[in-house]
Amino acid sequence: MRAKSIVFRLLDLHLPAFRKFCIFTPETEQGLCILHDFAESFRLAFALVVSGDRDLYEIILLSVQVSLTALLASCIIGFALGTLVALTRFPGRGLVIVLFNTFMGLPPVVVGLLVYLTLSRAGPLGTLGLLYTPAAMVIAQTILITPIIAALSRQIVEDLFGEYDELFRSLSVPVHQAMAAVLWDARYSLITVALAGFGRAIAEVGAVMIVGGNIDHLTRVMTTAIALETSKGDLALALALGIVLLAISMAVNAAALSLSSTAARQAYA
Amino acid sequence: MRDLAVPMVGDRTDAGGGALTPHLPLMPLRVRGLGYRAGGRALIDELDLDLSVSGITMVLGPNGAGKSLLLRLLHGLIAPTTGTISWGGLPLSREVRARQALVFQKPVLLRRSVGENLDFVLRLRGATGTGRRDQLLEQVGLLHLAKQPARLLSGGEQQRLSLARALATEPDVLLLDEPTASLDPASVQTIEAIVREAGRRGVRAVFVTHDIGQARRLGDDVVFMHRGRVAEHAASKVFFESPASEAARDFMAGRIVL
Ligand SMILES: Nc1ncnc2c1ncn2[C@@H]1O[C@H](COP(=O)(O)OP(=O)(O)OP(=O)(O)O)[C@@H](O)[C@H]1O
Ligand SMILES: [Mg+2]
Repeated sequence: MRAKSIVFRLLDLHLPAFRKFCIFTPETEQGLCILHDFAESFRLAFALVVSGDRDLYEIILLSVQVSLTALLASCIIGFALGTLVALTRFPGRGLVIVLFNTFMGLPPVVVGLLVYLTLSRAGPLGTLGLLYTPAAMVIAQTILITPIIAALSRQIVEDLFGEYDELFRSLSVPVHQAMAAVLWDARYSLITVALAGFGRAIAEVGAVMIVGGNIDHLTRVMTTAIALETSKGDLALALALGIVLLAISMAVNAAALSLSSTAARQAYA
Repeated sequence: MRDLAVPMVGDRTDAGGGALTPHLPLMPLRVRGLGYRAGGRALIDELDLDLSVSGITMVLGPNGAGKSLLLRLLHGLIAPTTGTISWGGLPLSREVRARQALVFQKPVLLRRSVGENLDFVLRLRGATGTGRRDQLLEQVGLLHLAKQPARLLSGGEQQRLSLARALATEPDVLLLDEPTASLDPASVQTIEAIVREAGRRGVRAVFVTHDIGQARRLGDDVVFMHRGRVAEHAASKVFFESPASEAARDFMAGRIVL
C-alpha cells in the first residue's frame, strides 16, 4: 500500500541504521524488510534484558543511581525553595514564581552546556575536575529538575496552606509545626511531584550527554547509550535499553497514579 | 492581734501546678468604634459592644450582616480598619487568641482521620495519650468514626468534629459561628447541651445562629446585627418580648430585612 510505503520511507530516512539489516532484492519491499528487522531487534532486546547482560545492567544501574541522586538533591532544594516561597511574601515573589515555572521547561542541552562551561577546565569550577564524571551528570540533572519540584511543590503547599491558614492562626500553631503539618498532609501530592521529577531526569539525554560524555563503563547511561547504539546500528541493545527505560517510566507513572488514587480514596487529596 | 492565715489573692503556689503564670481573665469584652473595610465597603461600621463576664451571648442577624466578620475580628484573625477590641483589658495578641476557640461557619479540617484531627490540637496543647480524644469524640458522637478520614464526614459530622476540636483547646472563650446550621435535631440538642455545660464551667460563649428558637433556649443576652452594626443588644428575655429595633422586629417576623 502506498501509505505504508511512505511511512517506511520516513522511517528509513530518520533511522538510517535500519538499512543495514535490509537485504535489497527486487522482490523484497523495503518496508517488509524493516518490519522483519524490527521484530528481530525486539527478540534480541528481550533476550538481552532477560539474560542479565552485564553491560546492559551496568548502564541501567548507573542511570538509576545518577537520577536518584539528582532527585534526592532536587527534593531537598526544591521542597525547601517551594515551601519558602509558598509561605512567605516578599517583593519580587511573583518574578520568582514565574522563573520557577519558566525553568520547568529548561532545554536539557542548554543546562548541559551551562554545566559544561562551569565545570570545564577554564570554567569557574574547573579545578574540581568533575567534567565527564557521574557527579557532573548529577549536577546537570539536579539543575534540570529542581525547578519542576520547586514550582509544583510551591503550588501544592500554597494551596493547602491557604486552606489551613485561618485554622492554624486560630489555634496559634507555631510556624514550624504549621509547616510540618502542611508538608505531611500534602505528602501524596509531593511524592507525585518527586516521581515526575525522576521521570524527567532519567529520560533526559541532552544534558548528560554533554557533561558526562557517554564514556563506556564510566558515564554511559540508558539515554546516551540508546543514542549511540542507534547511530552505530546496534538496534538490539538500543531497543533493550529503550524497553527498560519505558518500563521504569511506566512503573513510575503507575506508582504516581496509584498514589493519587489512594489519596483521593482517603480524601486526603 | 493574732495573724490570720489568709491566702493571698492570686497565690497559686498551692494549686499543685507549680509556677503557673497568672491567668488574667479575658472578660469583660469591650469593643469601641470597630470598623472593617474591604472592597470599598464598610462591612463593619462603628460597632460598639460590651460583653459581660459570664454567660452565653447569641448573635442574630440577616445574611451578610457581618456576624462572621465580627467573630473573626474578635478572634484576631483579621485586623480592624478602625477601633479597638479589648479582652479583659488586654489587646488582642497570640496569647489572648490561644485562650479562645473559634468554630468556623465552614469547617476547616485537616486531611487526616477524625481522631488525628483532634490529636493535632491536643498535642499542640501538650496533652498525651488517647483518653481525652476518645472522651471528646464520645461527647459529640463521633467515636465510631475515629479512624475515618475527616473530609469524608457528612456536613453535620464535620461541624461536630469542629466543635470537639474547639473544646480540645480548653478555651476560656468559645466563639461559635452557626455550629448547628446543618445538624439534625438530636445533634442540635447534643451541641446545645455541650455549650450549656461549658457555660456552667465558666466558658464564655458567643454563639451565632439563625435559629430564633435556639437563641431563646440558650442565650443569656442577644446581639442583633444589621449592616455591620449592633442594632440591638439586650438580655434575652427583653429582646424576645419587645425587640426595640425595627430590623429585629422584621427579622423575627420573618420579613426580609434589608
Ligand atoms: N474579604 C471580604 N471582602 C469583601 N467583602 C467581604 C469580605 N468578607 C466578607 N465580606 C462581605 O461582608 C458581608 C458580611 O459578611 P459575613 O460573612 O460577616 O456575614 P454573616 O453575617 O456571617 O452572614 P451569614 O448569615 O450569611 O453567615 C457580606 O456582605 C460579605 O459579602
Ligand atoms: Mg456568617
